[in-house]
Amino acid sequence: MKILEIKHVTKRFGGLTAVNNVTFDLEEGEILGLIGPNGAGKTTLFNCINGVYKPTEGQVIFKGQDITGLPTYKSAHIGLSRTHQIVRPLNELTVLENAMVGACYGRENMKLSDARKTAMEMLAFVGMEERFDVLAGTLNVAQKKRLEMARALSAKPYLLLLDEVLAGLNTAEVTHMLDTIRKIREQGVTIIMIEHIMHAVMSLSDRLIVLNYGSLIAEGSPEEVSQNPEVIEAYLGDPDLAARLLEEDKA
Amino acid sequence: MKRLFKPGLLIPIAIIIVLAIWPLLSGNSASSREAMFTLIMSMALASSLNIILGYTGYVSFGHIVFFGIGGYAGFWAITVLGWHILPAALLGGLIAALIAWLLGLAVLRLRGAYFALATIGILEAMKALVVNLDFLGGPVGMEMHFSEYKRYGGPMQSLWMIYWSMVILAIIVVVVSYFIKTSKFGLGLMAIREDEDAAEVMGVITPRAKTWAYVLSAVFPGIIGVLFFFKNGNIEPGDAFRLHFSIEWIVMIMLGGAGTVLGPIFGGGVYQWLRKTLLTSPLFKNYQLVVAGVMLLLIVLFVPTGVIGWLRARSAKLRRIFE
Repeated sequence: MKILEIKHVTKRFGGLTAVNNVTFDLEEGEILGLIGPNGAGKTTLFNCINGVYKPTEGQVIFKGQDITGLPTYKSAHIGLSRTHQIVRPLNELTVLENAMVGACYGRENMKLSDARKTAMEMLAFVGMEERFDVLAGTLNVAQKKRLEMARALSAKPYLLLLDEVLAGLNTAEVTHMLDTIRKIREQGVTIIMIEHIMHAVMSLSDRLIVLNYGSLIAEGSPEEVSQNPEVIEAYLGDPDLAARLLEEDKA
Repeated sequence: MKRLFKPGLLIPIAIIIVLAIWPLLSGNSASSREAMFTLIMSMALASSLNIILGYTGYVSFGHIVFFGIGGYAGFWAITVLGWHILPAALLGGLIAALIAWLLGLAVLRLRGAYFALATIGILEAMKALVVNLDFLGGPVGMEMHFSEYKRYGGPMQSLWMIYWSMVILAIIVVVVSYFIKTSKFGLGLMAIREDEDAAEVMGVITPRAKTWAYVLSAVFPGIIGVLFFFKNGNIEPGDAFRLHFSIEWIVMIMLGGAGTVLGPIFGGGVYQWLRKTLLTSPLFKNYQLVVAGVMLLLIVLFVPTGVIGWLRARSAKLRRIFE
C-alpha cells in the first residue's frame, strides 16, 4: 500500500525553484534514501511534505489524504514525524520532557502519564534512558541527534522523515545509529532519509531517489542509482572526468 | 489530587499565607497591611505575566494594559451601574480576557522583539483611547464616592475585605500557574518558548496554545485592577496604563526566575521589599527606578535564569523541590 504520494511538487522562492516538479511514491514499510548535492532541495522537499512550506504547485498525499499545505501540527497528528538537519532540542527542558512533547502532541495525543511512559521507552530505544533527567541543552551533538529521534518516535508516527541524522557523528556513533534505524523499520515505520554518508544510505535504503537543482534526476535501487551517469555527474561535475575516475577506480 | 501536595506548589502558597497574616501579628496593622497588599499584589501580577512571558517565552512589555482595562471596566460597573465589588471584579477579568483574545489574534503572530514592541504600542494606544472616552472620565478619570464603602460595612471593613480578596486571588494565581506548569498544556507552552517551529512540527497547535496563554495571563491582572482601583477610590489613565509598572513586573520575574512557579513570588517579594527600603532611605529615595534598571541589567547579564532558575539548573533534586 502506498503511504505517501508526491505528485508534481514544485516550490519556488521568488525566482529560485528549490524543488522542481518532483513526483514519487513510497510504499509502506520502505526505507527511501533521498540524496543529492548540497542545495539540491532535499530539505525543502521535506518541508513541503510535512507542511513547513506550502508547495507552489503539486500535491502531497499521505495515506490517501491530501495534506498539501496542511499546518505542520496537523501532519504531526496524522502520523508524520521528522528530525531536523540542525538539531532543535528544547534546551531548557529535560531530555524526558523533550520526548514527552513528542508523545503528548503526536499521533496518539497522549495524556501526560502515558506520554512519560512512552517517552521513557523511546529514550531507552535510542540508548538515552540514563540521561533522562538532564537538560537537553547540555547534551553533545550525537546525544542531541538521538534525542531528536526519540522525540520523533514518541509521536508513534507512520512515516518518519530523517534529515541527516548521521551528519557530524563519528564512526562508532554512525554504526550505532544505523542499528537504531534498522530497528525502527522492523517496528513497521516507513522512513525517508536524507543522507550524505553514502555507504550508510546505500546499505539501509530499499530505494534511492536523487535530486539535483531541485529536479529528480534518478530513482531506483542503490546499485542502479550509483551507476547512473547523471548522478555521477551531479556529484563529481564533469562526466568525462567522472568516467575516467571510475575507470581508474576499476583498474 | 496527588499534584496538590508537592513542594513546588506548597512553598509559594506558604510564603503568601505567612506574608498575608503578618499584619495581624504585627502591632501597626494598617500600615503593614498596606505594605503586604502591595507585595502580594506584585506577586500575583508577576505570576500572571509569567504565564505568557516565562512559560511561553513571549515578552509582554505592556502587560499592565490588562490591569488598566479590567480596572476601568470594574470601576465603571461599580460607580455607574452600582454593582457589588465581586461581580465587578469578575467583569474586569472577563473584559481583560476578551480583549487579550482579540489582541492575541493579531499580535501573537509576531515574535521576539516585534511582539514586545507591539505590546507597548497596544498599551499606549489604549491609554490614548481611554483619555478620549468621556464616559470613562477622559484624562481626569473617575472617582468613587466615599459612601460606596458603606455597603461593605465602612472603609475599614472594605480595606480588609479587599486585602483578603487579594490574598485569595494570589493563591489562585499560584495554583493556576502551578497547574499550567505541570500540565500537558504547559509542556506545549514551554516547547513553544524553546523553539516554536520545532514545537509545531511536533504537533503543538501553537496558535491556540499561545492564545490561551495570553488570555490566562490577562484575566488575573484584569481582576486585580478592579480590586486595586476600588481600594484607591479613583482611577485615571496615568495610573491604569503606566508602562514602568509592567516593566517592574518583568524585573520581578527575571529576578526570581522566568518560567518557574516560585520565581515571580520570590522576585515580587524581594523587589517590593527592596523598593520600600529604597523609597524610605533619604539617600536613594529618588533613585529607586535607577536601582531597578541596574538590577535588571545585572540579572540579564549574569543570572539570566533568575534565582530560582539558577537553583533549578544546579540539580535534578532541586528541580523537584522548586517548580
